[in-house]
Amino acid sequence: MTFEIPEETHAGKVMEVTLGATPDQGGTRSHTVKIGGSTSSPFHFFEGEHPHSPVVAMEVFDQVPAKYPDFLRNYCRDVIDQPAAMAKKCVAEYGAELISVRLEGTHPEKGNRSVEEAAEIVKHVLESVSVPIIVTGHSHFEKNNEVMKKVCEVSAGENCLINYVETDNYKTIAAACLAYKHTLVAQSPIDVNLAKQLNILLTEMNFPAEKIVMDPLTGTLGYGLEYTYSIMERIRNDGLAGDKMLAFPMLINPGYETFRVKETRAAEKDYPEWGDLEARGIYWEISTSMSLLVAGAELLIMYHPQAVDAVKKKIKEMFVPKKGN
Amino acid sequence: MALSGLDIFKLLPKTNCGDCGVPTCMAFAMKLAQKKAELSECPHASEEAKATLGAASEPPIRLVKIGGQSSLEVGNETVMFRHEKTFYHPTGIAIELRASEGQEKLLPKIKEIEKHKVERVGEELKTDLFFVTQDSQDKKDFLGAINLVKQNSAKGIILYCQDRATLKEALGLLKDDRPAIFLQKELEDADIELAKTNQASLILTAESFEELAAQTEKARSAGLNDLLLNLESKGVGHHLLHNTILRRSALKKNFKPFGYPLFSRIQIKDDFELAANASIFLCKYDSVIVLPRYDKALLYALFTLRQNIYTDPQKPIQVDPKVYPIGDPTPESPVFVTTNFSLTYFIVSGEIENSGLSAHLVVTDTEGQSVLTAWAAGKFVGEKVAKFIKDIKFEQQVKTRKIVIPGFASQISGDLEEHLPGWEVIVGCQEASDIPSFVKKVKLT
Repeated sequence: MTFEIPEETHAGKVMEVTLGATPDQGGTRSHTVKIGGSTSSPFHFFEGEHPHSPVVAMEVFDQVPAKYPDFLRNYCRDVIDQPAAMAKKCVAEYGAELISVRLEGTHPEKGNRSVEEAAEIVKHVLESVSVPIIVTGHSHFEKNNEVMKKVCEVSAGENCLINYVETDNYKTIAAACLAYKHTLVAQSPIDVNLAKQLNILLTEMNFPAEKIVMDPLTGTLGYGLEYTYSIMERIRNDGLAGDKMLAFPMLINPGYETFRVKETRAAEKDYPEWGDLEARGIYWEISTSMSLLVAGAELLIMYHPQAVDAVKKKIKEMFVPKKGN
Repeated sequence: MALSGLDIFKLLPKTNCGDCGVPTCMAFAMKLAQKKAELSECPHASEEAKATLGAASEPPIRLVKIGGQSSLEVGNETVMFRHEKTFYHPTGIAIELRASEGQEKLLPKIKEIEKHKVERVGEELKTDLFFVTQDSQDKKDFLGAINLVKQNSAKGIILYCQDRATLKEALGLLKDDRPAIFLQKELEDADIELAKTNQASLILTAESFEELAAQTEKARSAGLNDLLLNLESKGVGHHLLHNTILRRSALKKNFKPFGYPLFSRIQIKDDFELAANASIFLCKYDSVIVLPRYDKALLYALFTLRQNIYTDPQKPIQVDPKVYPIGDPTPESPVFVTTNFSLTYFIVSGEIENSGLSAHLVVTDTEGQSVLTAWAAGKFVGEKVAKFIKDIKFEQQVKTRKIVIPGFASQISGDLEEHLPGWEVIVGCQEASDIPSFVKKVKLT
């Protein structure tokens, strides 16, 4: 019986995006991280090129989320209130390839920390680790814009990934990224057309396409995962089919979204059929991450060190750049 | 693969005799293509036409059943991506039992797995199959394990036994139970015979595409069509590619030897790597996966993933329309109302919980539509919300007379007050994530 592998080739290519900057590029990172560049569906090495492996970032906080589970605190109890020290630990002990600094504490209703404080934290994290960093904001436009402008300024040249802008609020932050040479996350609410529209708006203000990462908005397992999954597959298929305004690498947030749902916080004694709480939390984050990886995620911001470990191993195992068996 | 009207027309007599009840052969061909007519209605159809059309109407991936009464159906999938249509038959999850564990250990385990169920958005989630492995010196252990499963469970059974004589005895215990046989060696005529005489399906194993195709061709030509495919892989990356290529060959190239559901037995020691592999296999095309052990937390994650991936993208998951208590509400607690789209319910209830408030969440029937869609479609309007509240006699259960509606449905506010005399309607925030700050600013009771 003759059998031929049915290959599908694509006209398009996912944009290659570089995160971080080394001293000769104007930053202080020891190395850069590149994502994107794929010419076929995720991990389909038999019919396309995938020059860069997906990467896993971990997150540190200016203010630890109120619902952050106790079992997660155990991994960083000594440093959880010191973002720079926690960043160092995540890189050195837990294998984080990038660090996301979440500045939710600057939200007027969640701590209302000052712009200066936020900028200091980002500077300290940049000093304590040498990997590229992501700076993650929040949905209070007015405050977030002030915070991000300052962050962009104090980290000028580092090519941080500024996370995020949305259609109703992109100009200020995009302009700051342009001025201080950073990369930008374009977030849209699980919708192909809105995602495309935002990318068009950004490129129309001359924001360079090679500095855009898309966030399709992560629904964790049981909380809209299927929507995120299918939107990512559609974005990637359209991007590979030649739609340049959808051909960007994608970022997801399995950590933040997973560790605030009931399934990762309710005790086994209350829900005996749900099984062990911590294991359940890790499984929840792994399942969310792995399913979205095969849907096209290139950059994952994760929380649980054991989930990070398993997902990194699997990415390596899936990254098999040769044909056939 | 579907034939076009024109393809079918070429196979017809082209006499326009009208004996089929349709005036012309072309018109009849069009009806055939739309599956609105059957070829048997044409008394003059040639053997060639029958053969070609018969093959074309076969599903590209065969539906295979495992188990007796509560049988699992897998296969019959039609798309590569769930957004193209939907995935029809959720992956069957099997737990492996080893005969060498002994009946004393196996019995409580089988009983516990049998009764293990989780409810999620109105669906009962559970495992589907047992995979029984003969790894003992004594065949009695294997046969005993099968009897235990049969006596204590309604789930289907997959048998794994290298010794054909013992396997035959095991099959004898499972008359009418439609078991599956896991074959981890080259297919022989005797295996086909054994499967056929015992109404069992056969799981074929191979190390390459060519070998696998040769085996399915052998089984098919011997009249055995209840097959599952197990292409061995080095690691999860190859597995993903293999499954993609097998499914694509069946769907896009109509390559018949691969037109069967896919199978994978996972044997990983590390719990978290196991979860990772199983998650990918669920998303990317395995129709049956075997887990090496029973772990409630892992199963809950996998059940949820399976439910998510196999949900019809056209039909949103719904929750039951009723009043849901958040925290520990009293008759004086605040009242919120929203639609019964599962995601809306999950997010709204989660955010009310996050606000630290105890409250009543009234979920009305909007046929699973979200707030904006339901409002636009007239399913979330004042009259209907008021009727629901009256029908369930909610007014007798609470003393609160203020009700918070979603910000996106602010237009229904007047209408609702009109139909719900004595109540004050408060327009809430548009985004659920703003609920915690909203409840701090507004007096809700």
